[in-house]
Amino acid sequence: MSERAPYRVQGRTGEWELVLGLEVHAQVASNAKLFSGAATGFGAEPNMHVSLVDAGFPGMLPVINKYCVEQAVKTGFGLRAEINHVSVFDRKNYFYPDLPQGYQISQFKQPIVGEGTLEVERDDGSRFKVGIERLHLEQDAGKSVHDMDPHWTYVDLNRSGVALMEIVSKPHMRSPEDAAAYVKTLRTLVRYLGTCDGDMEKGNLRADVNVSVCRPGQFEKFMASGDFTHLGTRCEIKNVNSMRFIQQAIVYEARRQVEILEDGGKIDQETRLFDPGKGETRSMRSKEDAMDYRYFPDPDLLPLELDPAWVKAIQATLPELPDAKRERLQSQYGLSAYDAGVLVIEGARADYFEQAAKGVDAKLVSNFTTNELLSRLSKDGLEIDQSPIPPEDIGGLVALIQDGTISSKIAKEVFDHMWAGEGAPAKIVEARGLKQVTDTGAIEKAIDEIMAANPDKVAAARDKPQAVGWFVGQVMKATGGKANPAAVNQILQTKLGL
Amino acid sequence: MAALTNMTLKAALDGLSTKAFSAEELARAHVSAIAAANPHLNAFVLETPDKAIEMARASDERRAKGEAGPLEGASIGVKDLFCTEGVQSTAGSKILNGFKPPYESTVTANLWRDGAVMLGKLNMDEFAMGSSNETSAFGPVSNPWKAAGSNQALTPGGSSGGSASAVAADLCLAATASDTGGSIRQPAAFTGTVGIKPTYGRCSRYGMIAFASSLDQAGPIAKTVEDAAILLTSMSGHDAKDSTSLDIETPDFASFVGKSIKGLRIGIPDEYRLDGMPSEISKLWDEGIEWLKAAGCEIKRVSLPHTKYALPAYYIIAPAEASSNLARYDGMRYGLRVDGGSLIDTYEKTRAEGFGAEVKRRVLIGAYVLSAGYYDAYYLKAQRVRRRIAEDFDKAFEEVDALLTPTAPSAAFALGDRVSDPIAMYLNDVFTVTTNLAGLPGLSLPAGLSGEGLPLGLQLIGRALDEGTLFSIAGVMEDAAQFRAKPTRWW
Repeated sequence: MSERAPYRVQGRTGEWELVLGLEVHAQVASNAKLFSGAATGFGAEPNMHVSLVDAGFPGMLPVINKYCVEQAVKTGFGLRAEINHVSVFDRKNYFYPDLPQGYQISQFKQPIVGEGTLEVERDDGSRFKVGIERLHLEQDAGKSVHDMDPHWTYVDLNRSGVALMEIVSKPHMRSPEDAAAYVKTLRTLVRYLGTCDGDMEKGNLRADVNVSVCRPGQFEKFMASGDFTHLGTRCEIKNVNSMRFIQQAIVYEARRQVEILEDGGKIDQETRLFDPGKGETRSMRSKEDAMDYRYFPDPDLLPLELDPAWVKAIQATLPELPDAKRERLQSQYGLSAYDAGVLVIEGARADYFEQAAKGVDAKLVSNFTTNELLSRLSKDGLEIDQSPIPPEDIGGLVALIQDGTISSKIAKEVFDHMWAGEGAPAKIVEARGLKQVTDTGAIEKAIDEIMAANPDKVAAARDKPQAVGWFVGQVMKATGGKANPAAVNQILQTKLGL
Repeated sequence: MAALTNMTLKAALDGLSTKAFSAEELARAHVSAIAAANPHLNAFVLETPDKAIEMARASDERRAKGEAGPLEGASIGVKDLFCTEGVQSTAGSKILNGFKPPYESTVTANLWRDGAVMLGKLNMDEFAMGSSNETSAFGPVSNPWKAAGSNQALTPGGSSGGSASAVAADLCLAATASDTGGSIRQPAAFTGTVGIKPTYGRCSRYGMIAFASSLDQAGPIAKTVEDAAILLTSMSGHDAKDSTSLDIETPDFASFVGKSIKGLRIGIPDEYRLDGMPSEISKLWDEGIEWLKAAGCEIKRVSLPHTKYALPAYYIIAPAEASSNLARYDGMRYGLRVDGGSLIDTYEKTRAEGFGAEVKRRVLIGAYVLSAGYYDAYYLKAQRVRRRIAEDFDKAFEEVDALLTPTAPSAAFALGDRVSDPIAMYLNDVFTVTTNLAGLPGLSLPAGLSGEGLPLGLQLIGRALDEGTLFSIAGVMEDAAQFRAKPTRWW
């Protein structure tokens, strides 16, 4: 765990620090909506995934989707959080055309998941902990389409009723980078668990950021006492749908708040919208305009009671979580924290690595996976499970290096052929005659020829042993790169009398 | 054909099964009775004669093939609160003008599964909010009963006034109804019919247009205790589409009618003896007690100390839920839309024109009691009262097997009498709301006539899921009461 200096804003009257909390909406990876049997799915024609329940027809009733509940419980376990065996669905009442019932079913007072912790990893591999306040299940609203017609607004209810998990963090983040790292770690976690696909472009994972500023020392007082009065008034920034926007919005908002405070003003608690075009936030509604949602328990739904045995069974099926996996990859395979970190970002990457590393040098496998393979994949826009090279072949390639059949350098060439779909590495080496020359006779012959042709270089090398590198290069060139470098070195040393 | 409409449901089912007459003949008899009576009674908001004949013919064919269901060929009226596929369903509101649901409510689907025939949709207070059927967008329903020597039109009660009036006037063999605070039992009492609100969760609420979800429950209004039992058996049953539906077997309720009730302990709650209650109602209650004693029951005084808080609590909880349940009527997807200059304007105009005064009153009360700063004082406190009331019943049922009370504090009153005084109107529910708050079954049966010759009802309240005992007791009381009076036909 590493403490980091918080992001600071230098004002005329002194320094200010940032305090950040996030509310992440993660769409449950479910084929059906939270309370209706209607299908979910991105990109369908407008209003094709709408049941009579989603459209708020008279007499239609919500029925909870057990699969969605299971995903929330799983995510709760992933957040090392308390699972509430009794939770309650409430109605949040407001009028809007994309909310056909006139209320959103959410969880207000008794969420399904209580307090937890997420250990966040920064890009440099250092880590910090963020407290989780709660996770609750709620319905998504539909979508109002304002740009199809100059006079009319169209409504698409495909999203109406889709299950969301709202994951609320405590205000434990201190810099834009840490906020982005939190979202990244959370995204990795839900993808591991399979509870959300984490696709931010499709809006399947979106974040609202609560930003406030305070003087140095105040945050520590808050942490010691839990008393929010030590912190500044916060603004909630909506519509920050990428890691980059999250950071931009925070930087802008921090500066805005500091300017107001330094001019002797007060921060209004309000909801603000991030404008990615202008890179600024603007007021959506103030606390005074805040709607009275008239929350009350939804009488169409009984309190959600979870059978402890069912909850236990879910816990038993949890996959190995990213941090545990990272630690294991480090200890079991001797990988660096960085390499292990790169591999665990996607569960499939780590799986691929472990498949490939069976019985061969794991570090070499890790190098090939994280360098060659991942960069090729990302260049072609592929995920690791779409890799044209099966993990066994990466293992096979490393085995060829280990037994001296090929050098590391040749291995890269072999990799190119593998990428091109030429088959297993051993086959490629054979077919293309890339086998490393370990026959000392052949190497000696090559060296003799080179020495004979270049007496000046021989003299130079005897004088300055570093110049031997030139001979190594020549030998490699003469043998088409196939000479065993160790053997070349050894024979050169002898012949040159070094 | 008059003889066919005078029959009880049971007698009609017997006649159909012995082929004394066909379902089509039965339906035609009712169709013409409705056509003649409805201009005067206004019990039906929609008559569906073609559908009735078509369904009756299909029923006769099923019977011919030996596939008769328990309600095969029975002509039934349906409260307009139940969504019926392809048939306008409005809940008595202008805001659902022209709404033809593409789905069938579970309760009515159960009836059609069992062979019943639909005659049409029955009038009701708008969204079931009312106790006199005067809040209906289709105008009030008249009670077929009139006070002796008077021509004054009387209310059939509400909100299931159309159901009660139609059954009392022999326009259908029986009818579906619904009860949120007494909407089955009070109209039954006002019209000399039998009505039961079963345990909350017995009947599915799927496709039943919601008033107050935690209180709404479907039930039958019928001519006899046995008929009510037969219809309730068909209406009930678990439904996965309603999360509050109880996953339990439905007994054959009719089998409880006629059972001995000897040795049952019947509670008489002190708190239901109101100051200023008409003496004829007290007298009727005492008579009921005597009938039960004669049948071998043990009569016990019991106390339900929180009764006096029930009505205020009900008039907080029901409007609170209603304010949210009725938010979906925004003119966007079905029913009435009154276009305005902007979205908000359209919402406001649609709802201003679509909802009647009583619905608006309750939506406003509901929004108020749920609003920030008032929630704890009103809604939360009302929920606490609700729990106390349920506990009162639990305690009473440790000592007794059922409770006997009056159904309503008066006989049917004149149309127009109480419209301007909502509190006086709400007082109609004083004996009935407690069972809705506690989720218990309550049955009203006709027990006698008032001094003016109007029917009066007594109410039986049972343990949760113990409708069977109520049917047994009601069967005995029905025999004892020998209530044979019928309204004199004036329509």
